[in-house]
Amino acid sequence: MSIIEVHNLDFSYNGETVLQDVNLAVAPQDYIAIIGPNGGGKTTLLKLILGLLKPDRGWVRVAGKLPQKASTSIGYVPQDVYLNTSFPVTAMDVVRMGMLDQKNRFSKQKTSWRKEVMAALERMEMAALAQEKIGMLSGGQRQRVFIARALVTKPKLLLLDEPTASIDTKGQMDLYRILKELNGEMTILMVSHDLMAISSHVKSVACVNKDLHYHDQAEITCDMLETMYPYSMEDVCPVELVAHGIPHRVLQDH
Amino acid sequence: MIEALHFEFMRNALAAGLLASLICGIMGTLVVVNRIVFLSGGIAHAAYGGIGLSFYFKLPYLLGTVGFSLVAAMLMAAVSYTMKHRADTVIGVIWALGMAFGIILIDLTPGYNVDLMSYLFGSILTVPGSDLITMLVLGAVMIVLIVYYYQDILAMSYDSEFARIRGVPVKKLYFGLIGILAVTVVLVIQVVGLILIIALLTIPPFIVEKYAKSLAQMMVASSCLGALFTIIGLWLSYRYNLTSGASIILVSGIGFLLSLLIDKLRYVSGGVKSNTNKNT
Repeated sequence: MSIIEVHNLDFSYNGETVLQDVNLAVAPQDYIAIIGPNGGGKTTLLKLILGLLKPDRGWVRVAGKLPQKASTSIGYVPQDVYLNTSFPVTAMDVVRMGMLDQKNRFSKQKTSWRKEVMAALERMEMAALAQEKIGMLSGGQRQRVFIARALVTKPKLLLLDEPTASIDTKGQMDLYRILKELNGEMTILMVSHDLMAISSHVKSVACVNKDLHYHDQAEITCDMLETMYPYSMEDVCPVELVAHGIPHRVLQDH
Repeated sequence: MIEALHFEFMRNALAAGLLASLICGIMGTLVVVNRIVFLSGGIAHAAYGGIGLSFYFKLPYLLGTVGFSLVAAMLMAAVSYTMKHRADTVIGVIWALGMAFGIILIDLTPGYNVDLMSYLFGSILTVPGSDLITMLVLGAVMIVLIVYYYQDILAMSYDSEFARIRGVPVKKLYFGLIGILAVTVVLVIQVVGLILIIALLTIPPFIVEKYAKSLAQMMVASSCLGALFTIIGLWLSYRYNLTSGASIILVSGIGFLLSLLIDKLRYVSGGVKSNTNKNT
């Protein structure tokens, strides 16, 4: 059974069609990147999978259930927009938010939450900074806390939105190392602009630009790029695609 | 100072000030972290329409004021929830209209009425015992609700999108929060006046925010700080025969400036220490 199923999905916003006739089936243990131009619908698709939006036509299922009912199976890592810098909350409290469960408000979960939160933070190598205020951490540290927050319920699916948008190269490499490990236990879906990651780490790619094209191998070609992004080959190709270990291969036209 | 407490009105004023500090410490924390200070100002000013309504239609005071404020507040909540970019304009309109509505209705009401001055400055020195009881009950109800919904409120305030994904009924909680804010504002304005309510809601939480490590800590510390400012302000107004509300605000303002100064000094001397966590 696919972990994510999107079937004949349409979505429009303010009269404009954002997504049209989108179909997707993500297999368990997949590591899929969603790429596409800004305004093309990738973030909208992510929000539909999370259950924050409802499709106009078609449906979305996560682990066989409606997204709103699948919150324990989904771990979400939003883009670090870095609002609320002085908000009075520690890393530990942020991770605890990942355990919110409306159905079990007064369960025994209440007493063991500390152990689970610390376990998630340890996994992300952030246990030492558990009591620090979230605003005092660096961008990379904060992101690890957000990943810990997503992991604390031991989800089957991890969804990340532009995880490398505000991180330096070393931070990015650490992130991909962690994601590779996590992929051993869960499916990963990542909305991303980072072509280097896609070519070296990810297992499959979906291009979203109002519609969706799925490639079950992580190959990006310059032709594909030209249709997706309005740049010339010279702007995009040289640095981004010359990543070690990837021979250029040609994908079928679509 | 102690001889002042021989007077019942001073004891009541102190009790009122302390209760107001507690209530405003809790609500003010939520107002500041959720960035709804302007909305609170809107409710506080528009509420005057409710007073006009009560006088003109001879309604029971609390019914007219709380009822009208709730309507105005729910309108503001709806606008700020759905159209964030237009929210402060609409709030500004309701703010002005509500106040003008109240003033005109009072103009049209025959006989001697409460005037605008007592709305602006409150009547902390003439607080009746019944108002103290009302505030005590409000404070207790608030604490119970906040304790019960603490994790949800925290999640909504910090990251409402994530909270929604986790099943927190963010919309209901937000409207509920604004509703309680409206009731708080109406009840506390009676005592401390319009000019002081905004100061009590915003200054102590603002000072405390950078030091607090949790929402609960921030609420407790804001209440204590508000109480401190209230006590000093009341003493100064007694000693030097000044308007009590304004004295409390000035003390709060001085406290605010002092906290900025202390911050600057901490940064300069402990500068190296605060950077050690920046290495990933």
